[in-house]
Amino acid sequence: MIDVFESAATMARRVRGKEISARELTTAHLERIAADQLGAFVHVDAAGALARADEIDAMIARGDNAGPLAGVPVAIKDMLVTRGMPTTASSKILAGWVPPYDGTAVARLRAHGAVIVGKVSCDEFAMGSSNENACGGPVKNPWDPTRVPGGSSGGSAAAVAGGLSAFSLGTDTGGSIRQPAAFCGVVGLKPTYGRVSRYGVIAFASSLDQVGPLARTVEDAAIVTEAIAGHDPLDATTIAEHAPRLTRDLETPLRGLRIGLPAEYFLPDTDPEVTAAVERAIAILRDDGCEPVPISLPHTRYALPAYYVIAPAEASSNLARYDGVRYGLRVGDRKATLLDLYRKTRGAGFGPEVKRRIMLGTFALRSGYYDAYYKKAQQVRALIARDFTEAFATCDVVVSPTTPTAAFPIGARATPIEMYLGDVFTLACNLAGLPGVSVPCGFTAGGLPIGVQLLGRPLDEATILRAARGVERGAGVVGRHP
Amino acid sequence: MSALDDVLARWEVVIGLEVHVQLATATKAFSASAAGYGAPPNTQTDPTVLGLPGSLPVFNLRALELALRLGLATGSTIRRRSRFARKHYFYPDQPKGYQISQYDEPLCADGGVEIVVGSERRRVPLTRIHLEEDAGKNLHGAGHTSGVDLNRAGVPLCEVVTEPAIRSAEEAAEYMRALHLLVRYLGISEADMEKGQMRCDANVSLRPRGATALGTRTELKNINSFRFVHRAIEHEILRQARILDGGGAITQETRLWDGAAGTSQSLRGKEEALDYRYFPDPDLPPLVVTDELLERVRAALPELPMARFDRFVAELGLPPDDARTLVGDRALADWFEAAVAARGGSARAVANWTLTELLGSLDGRPLADAKVTPVHLGALVKLVDDAVISGKIAKEVLATMAQTGEAPDAIVERAGLRQISDVGAIEALARQVVDANPSQVAHYRAGKLGVLGFLVGQLLKASGGKANPALASELLEKLLGSD
Repeated sequence: MIDVFESAATMARRVRGKEISARELTTAHLERIAADQLGAFVHVDAAGALARADEIDAMIARGDNAGPLAGVPVAIKDMLVTRGMPTTASSKILAGWVPPYDGTAVARLRAHGAVIVGKVSCDEFAMGSSNENACGGPVKNPWDPTRVPGGSSGGSAAAVAGGLSAFSLGTDTGGSIRQPAAFCGVVGLKPTYGRVSRYGVIAFASSLDQVGPLARTVEDAAIVTEAIAGHDPLDATTIAEHAPRLTRDLETPLRGLRIGLPAEYFLPDTDPEVTAAVERAIAILRDDGCEPVPISLPHTRYALPAYYVIAPAEASSNLARYDGVRYGLRVGDRKATLLDLYRKTRGAGFGPEVKRRIMLGTFALRSGYYDAYYKKAQQVRALIARDFTEAFATCDVVVSPTTPTAAFPIGARATPIEMYLGDVFTLACNLAGLPGVSVPCGFTAGGLPIGVQLLGRPLDEATILRAARGVERGAGVVGRHP
Repeated sequence: MSALDDVLARWEVVIGLEVHVQLATATKAFSASAAGYGAPPNTQTDPTVLGLPGSLPVFNLRALELALRLGLATGSTIRRRSRFARKHYFYPDQPKGYQISQYDEPLCADGGVEIVVGSERRRVPLTRIHLEEDAGKNLHGAGHTSGVDLNRAGVPLCEVVTEPAIRSAEEAAEYMRALHLLVRYLGISEADMEKGQMRCDANVSLRPRGATALGTRTELKNINSFRFVHRAIEHEILRQARILDGGGAITQETRLWDGAAGTSQSLRGKEEALDYRYFPDPDLPPLVVTDELLERVRAALPELPMARFDRFVAELGLPPDDARTLVGDRALADWFEAAVAARGGSARAVANWTLTELLGSLDGRPLADAKVTPVHLGALVKLVDDAVISGKIAKEVLATMAQTGEAPDAIVERAGLRQISDVGAIEALARQVVDANPSQVAHYRAGKLGVLGFLVGQLLKASGGKANPALASELLEKLLGSD
């Protein structure tokens, strides 16, 4: 009997125990994907997934160790390159491109027994907070199809919440894992910068991008992170440490853990239902013996402007390679001049939000303006990081809402600024390079999920996951699905 | 007075050179792709070289070692923590839309390269030496087709930038030769200009003699041979002087040198100058040079060409021309030193034999093909010095050595070439020569002493070339004088 809403840990246990076969599990998911109305998937690799499932079943039949994710169906955000499987970053400019290689996180997932069922939608080049910037159109929130799933890893969150894959890999540059996780009622972890290799991650903002899991349980998020994390010789920004042990301590009692409550993150304009749910989560932690500590992160209000200098500047550079010469879209006939080729290809290939950010970033990096923008933003970033260092002297985990509101209706946020302001709670984590997790902590009266965000010290994913597990235990939302 | 002399009488020339040197690493600067020269197009690539989405650079520390050799050999200040920066421009040979280079935090600063101009020695000051990656090559086919070969993309380069301190085309060419020799001594590059392993851009400006402010400069690109360094700069000097003398002003621009035509054309003006939008590459952590690495590189530095030249002249007593020729080819100089070491004693003769006879026997083939070993050449010179064979015989012996690779002693013994230094035997030959040439003898005795040379020649001929020439001359003179 297949239950597509089980945790990945349970699925793997049942596959390894020959209770169900990887093929049955994969087939059940492929059937749901084929019938899906959410629009989460941009590519389904049924043949590849079934072939891999059969290999896993064969390994198990032989008595081999098929791995902690044996036979578990996973959907990969289209920002991660997958060998032999189209990868587009939800952009027309990469139409038809089939990568000749796997990124490190994807390769490690495969090696741990996961079965890749396909690629899921996201905002174009991960630029967005609603998945409305995908070239293939918006993805629907499984809890309310008139609402966005969040973004940029909206397809990932929708797939996990909607029972289309047991977990997903997303990328998080300013909240792109945590925010859709909150909107879709799943667990989303952004590991410490440098914890997971970016090799094979289509670059948006290189100093902020990080790969992480979107999963149904904290335990699943821990298992997946253990699988994908650790030093990679192909990414010079990975930290020279082995993958962390995260699952071992999940149930360790929380007594004595100091939870920091930053004044700057509890704002009057946050939706009252969100505030109430987060306060309930804090109460759960307090009941578990955690000690609430008021803290201040005084440079918080500069996070958004600093982010919107650094991220577009790096994006304008990272996206320079899409020129129509070597791969993807090319617009312009044989007689077109080189300049025409560039202009037409980039003009037709990029969507409006991507163009906006390329222009912002190009402006910020102009000769003579570097000091005023990029360098200044980096200085602000250092101050934001220092805020956290000081805060972590008096607390172990920083708690806040993940988002100011629950999922909003498709089309509701008409201007870029409205959209950007929705990310106020998630940006600082990336700027400071910290690990952060969003875990479901309740629902609105209208039945929309709400997430609480827990931020930790660099490399201390173990503690925030342990606290997230505490919230999960107390909130009693696991097992509830659309 | 030539046109150039006329110009130089009124204008002072200011030249700064930017030289790119490819570093001879096995793999590329930022990935494990092979970095050799001459492979079929696009076979030396990988996702990083191709700039595929998701690919990342990881710096090849071997390139750092090679660059440090150059930094230390030029007496540069080594920055212990430098940074890579992205330099943006769109061109098909640049697959990422930016080149990874170094900008405001280069690896090396304030070095210098010693050159000799005429009899004067001077140091060309360097602003900086930095690391960067090479671009690919655009290939233009028939009709509207163009291709790009990315084999060269990502090959590590050192960019060596001089101060605007070079004052003539000759000096510029001499600097290029000195730098070329230096990088070859250091083993960091083949530096073959024909293969693009060493490339030169020149910034040229003129100012009235006595002026201190710099004139407007132009940048000359695509100077791809030593010959062109001199020609392109001289051409630019004359071009600028013609404009200035005519009352015009120099336009700040980049010009492309056309070697075949011997002229340059404007590539882009100041208005079209690119804004490279440099910023630190977030994919690459700061480049840290540890004490341990620096000391290891320093300890392994070879003797540098200028120091070697000085030693050859001062300690080995070589004529400066010979010393320069030998030092100009590290392998040849090493070969020569091995021959000197084998022989002991004075090096002048070994230098002479190396430069004339050894190179002559090679007839243009590379030294590596020589069958003559340095030890054997040393032994041959010793045979001459010890009067075991004559210089003339020695040349024949060397010819055999060059063919067979045998030791000279073996050839001398087998062919019975040992020089005759036995007084009795040479006296006997002298008598024969005197008896056989009565009229020359009469001339000699009548005071035409120059005839002695002829008679010595006859004696050597009669001995099959083996008679000791000095002894033959001495004994003949004695014989002719005594009768």
